Amino acid sequence: MILNMGPHHPSTHGVLRLILEIDGETIVRIMPDIGYLHTGIEKTCEAKFYQQVVPLTDRIDYLCPLTNNLCYVLAVEKLLGLEIPPKAQWMRVMLNELTRINSHLVWLGTHALDIGAMSVFLYCFREREDILRLFEMVSGQRMMTSYFRIGGLALEPPLGFFKPVREFANRFPAKVDEYENLLTGNPIWGMRTKGVARITAEDAVALGASGPTLRGSGVDFDLRRDMPYSGYENFKFKVPVSQDGDVFARYICRVREMRESIAIVQQALDGMPEGRIKADAPKVILPDREKMKTEMEALIYHFKIITEGFAVPEGEVYQAVESPRGEMGYYVVSDGTAKPYRVHMRAACLANLQLLPAMCEGRLLADVVAAIGSIDIVLGEIDR
Amino acid sequence: MPLLPAVTELEQLKAHPALAKLLAWNSGAVEGAKFDRDELTIYIERSSIGDACGLLRDDRDCPFNFLVDVTCVDWYPKQPRFEIVYHLLSLSNKERVRLKVRLDDSSEIDSVTSVWPAANYFEREVYDLFGVRFNGHPYLRRLLMPEDWEGYPLRKDYPVEGYR
Repeated sequence: MILNMGPHHPSTHGVLRLILEIDGETIVRIMPDIGYLHTGIEKTCEAKFYQQVVPLTDRIDYLCPLTNNLCYVLAVEKLLGLEIPPKAQWMRVMLNELTRINSHLVWLGTHALDIGAMSVFLYCFREREDILRLFEMVSGQRMMTSYFRIGGLALEPPLGFFKPVREFANRFPAKVDEYENLLTGNPIWGMRTKGVARITAEDAVALGASGPTLRGSGVDFDLRRDMPYSGYENFKFKVPVSQDGDVFARYICRVREMRESIAIVQQALDGMPEGRIKADAPKVILPDREKMKTEMEALIYHFKIITEGFAVPEGEVYQAVESPRGEMGYYVVSDGTAKPYRVHMRAACLANLQLLPAMCEGRLLADVVAAIGSIDIVLGEIDR
Repeated sequence: MPLLPAVTELEQLKAHPALAKLLAWNSGAVEGAKFDRDELTIYIERSSIGDACGLLRDDRDCPFNFLVDVTCVDWYPKQPRFEIVYHLLSLSNKERVRLKVRLDDSSEIDSVTSVWPAANYFEREVYDLFGVRFNGHPYLRRLLMPEDWEGYPLRKDYPVEGYR
């Protein structure tokens, strides 16, 4: 029998459509059908100035907008050869780890909800709300933050911003214990996740999986540690790896990652350097408001950047960062003008989704729901 | 960090494991190389891409076992028009390399799905948005656009607002 699952099925996390060929309850073949959320962001980028692309990147993976911002600005900074002051780098790392926790909380809540543990959702969204309030304090937006700029940050963090961050970082580990009390030892959770949707390390590598999906199969690779960017080499953290390759392994990797992330946030708070938040590049970075009122130069640069953008030297760059879902990469090609010639996003979810047939074929229909949840897809990123 | 000029001399870049391996295998398959902003690009002759990928994947000292991404750049109206871009990563050696193949208007190339199954969706996406055909692909259908869509949206001669 051919069965359509989605695009409106609640457990497909958006608009994923699966065409299932089933024999009774057993999956014979599974064909993901995507593209329902395709908005042509890559084409839109080609018609914008470099700085105007930043808000577009938020909308790709809407659960981790700051990671997208970071990846894009790092790519353009590499094209320009800009050096970023340490305070901006540390702020970026701190906010990125908060974003990772935010994304993992949404994943954990909805994943547990799919499998039938309803109450976890409420616990997770309680803490997620705290993180979104922090984002609102620093950028003025809860979700579409666009806080990073090419060359630094948009604004100084507000006075007293670090206090609520520290309070959150102090109380969060106990909250992770709460989630784990609800799930990790729970026999029903174990029956639904252990040994389900197994994938070997060889298959995961061959199919291009990355992030917790890859580490859940025992491949110890994390871009933050192995190919550091934006000052990650200054932080000490462990990379959780599990050997089992099943849904439970991916669950345990992500939950442990939340603990490591909060440790990174603590380190960032303890060692936050003083200084500027923007690089010294007047032709690229908008001048301060106050300077514009008194200095002719600042006014001219502001006018030029807004109306003409800034030219980026010819070349191409691939920049990858570790997003909550895996390797997110931006491939930016410049032809020497003020608009990018080509921007391509390497979506971790798109590659991870290719694992779904390997995970589910020959297994039960109910396991598909657990498998989709465990690869943590965001359709905005898959379809772009 | 001021930008350094790109290095394009093959002789100076031979130390890189991927390039050394490819040159030792078949120097005719390597059309050129470029080292710019700490990233190495190797231009591969069109018919050798499948073999070159297999060779790099199975290398004993520095296996580029992970296909990160396949994408395309349209240089319309210049010829050769398309550049297919492969990003490879070595999980054990933490090295990256970019392979490029230049394609003219006929826009056909061998698929690398037999080397990495991961290429399946990436190549479908390139086919969908650029109209480049991948020979030997198991299921070359549109991925993101509707089945009956006309034109290839990411080509440079396709208007941003679409055809009206």
